[in-house]
Amino acid sequence: MLSVKTDNACHSRSDQRKRDFVSERAKVIPPSGIRRFFDLAGQMEDVISLGVGEPDYSTPWHICDAAITSIEQGHTAYTSNTGMESLRRELARFLRDRYQVEYNPMSEMIITTGVSEGLDIVIRAVTNPGDEVLVIDPSYVSYAPCVTMAGGTPVPVPCTEKNRFRLTADVLMEHITPQSKALILNFPNNPTGGVMRREDLEAIADVAIDHDLLILSDEVYAELTYEGHHTATASIEGLWDRTITLSGFSKAFAMTGWRLGYLCAPPDITAATLKIHQYVMLSAPTMSQYAALEALKNGEEAMREMVREYHLRRNLFVDGLNRIGLSCHTPEGAFYAFPSVKGTGLTDYEFAERLITEAGVAVVPGSVFGNNGIGHVRCSYAVSRQELTEAIRRMDEFIRSLP
Amino acid sequence: MDDIDRSLLSLLEEDCLTPLHDLAVMLGCSDEEVEKRKKQLEEDGIIRRYSAVINWEQVDKGAVYAIIELKVAPERDYGYDRIAARISRFSNVRNLRLRTGTHDLQLLVKGKSMQEIARFVSEQIAPMERIRETATHIIMKTYKENGVLYVEREDGQRLPFSF
Repeated sequence: MLSVKTDNACHSRSDQRKRDFVSERAKVIPPSGIRRFFDLAGQMEDVISLGVGEPDYSTPWHICDAAITSIEQGHTAYTSNTGMESLRRELARFLRDRYQVEYNPMSEMIITTGVSEGLDIVIRAVTNPGDEVLVIDPSYVSYAPCVTMAGGTPVPVPCTEKNRFRLTADVLMEHITPQSKALILNFPNNPTGGVMRREDLEAIADVAIDHDLLILSDEVYAELTYEGHHTATASIEGLWDRTITLSGFSKAFAMTGWRLGYLCAPPDITAATLKIHQYVMLSAPTMSQYAALEALKNGEEAMREMVREYHLRRNLFVDGLNRIGLSCHTPEGAFYAFPSVKGTGLTDYEFAERLITEAGVAVVPGSVFGNNGIGHVRCSYAVSRQELTEAIRRMDEFIRSLP
Repeated sequence: MDDIDRSLLSLLEEDCLTPLHDLAVMLGCSDEEVEKRKKQLEEDGIIRRYSAVINWEQVDKGAVYAIIELKVAPERDYGYDRIAARISRFSNVRNLRLRTGTHDLQLLVKGKSMQEIARFVSEQIAPMERIRETATHIIMKTYKENGVLYVEREDGQRLPFSF
């Protein structure tokens, strides 16, 4: 006999818990630095948000269509843990053709649920308690917490404006200790738009080799390189067997919501990481893998077009920032400008908070991305040109209103 | 014709009212150079004219558009060119193309009413020498024109902040 509860006992909250169930590990992770801004943006009308970290394009239709077709054909089951073989093979070809990096699709590649998952599982696969992981600063907000959750200690390594937000061998050396195990790179960089060119990577390669460091290279913005061509970390002499290449489809193909990325690594690290992937994720979403396969096969033209547009917007926006007195280096990649707001006399938090409430433009305070982001704000130019022009106008007005 | 010219053309095609200085900043060259390139492209006939994309269906409720397909007997030495030139002189002919398939020429014609289109086909086009056959298709609704959508589409929303 099926009994149906009709009272609301299941909703009652008792205060009989005596223990605090939240783990120490979860407690030490810092909360998101911009919750407050979400709330502010939610209260206001007509906000131009330059706070977004994703393309303003919808996924090109032929890519969506490939996923829809795969569903119609009934491809709705799990795939192999490492991802569909056809996708891995296509990816191997893409990486060889575009970045001159060779990976064996059968033993050196895992398709992941976004770069986020790849980052998490590979950090867990290589970190022992007490290991120090060098993390460029400023950088994407997930790196340091992922290291902490894996039991390691994140050590920030500054990439300053003086060095065009690149990592130099000298700075890297200063932060290496006997506990240093790995280095997390992300170029083109979020939030600065900084790019490491071949010679810059070669300079730090020697340090990595001398100190036997592993490099985790998040190259998700690789295709969004405006000056010349992206150099993959693994393509540098002597780095392949100590590099893990992480990337995905989100930025270049406007596929953030599909949650699809990949990691490529030497076979021993791939095998160790695969064990974790099997237990926590099993496999990446199947329909997204079909979409990604289509993106790699036929998506280049649509992608080039989006990249060309970002390039034009970058020129327009950075010129505007400098014109209104927010000094900004020219970002060579990604879709972020990282101007300094020191000249306004406000901190980056004050600037961002007042800009959204007084001028209706949302930007992210640079200190969210680390101590070396202090005094800067991150502005995404993955918004339409009309909005960028209007944002510049509003920011100009706001700055003029300051004493 | 270099990459800058090509980029300039697509920028103008998308929005020919983009301020000259913005074009220059985006293309990474001086205002004067953009001016010069633009003039050259105009002189070369690559830029035919600057116009707006207008959804006339919203304005002229009664206006009728029709696609008219023609089978044409080509002329020795001239092929379809002379008859095409003749047809293109009618101001209500908006587009005219030579195409593959069952018919040869394809016209897009605008009229104030069905009757006007019917009269145009039966009195002006069909009696022309060398026209063997006509097929008229009335346009019921336009969804997309010159790459621009005419129907409202629900666009995806983004979070105001993401990393």
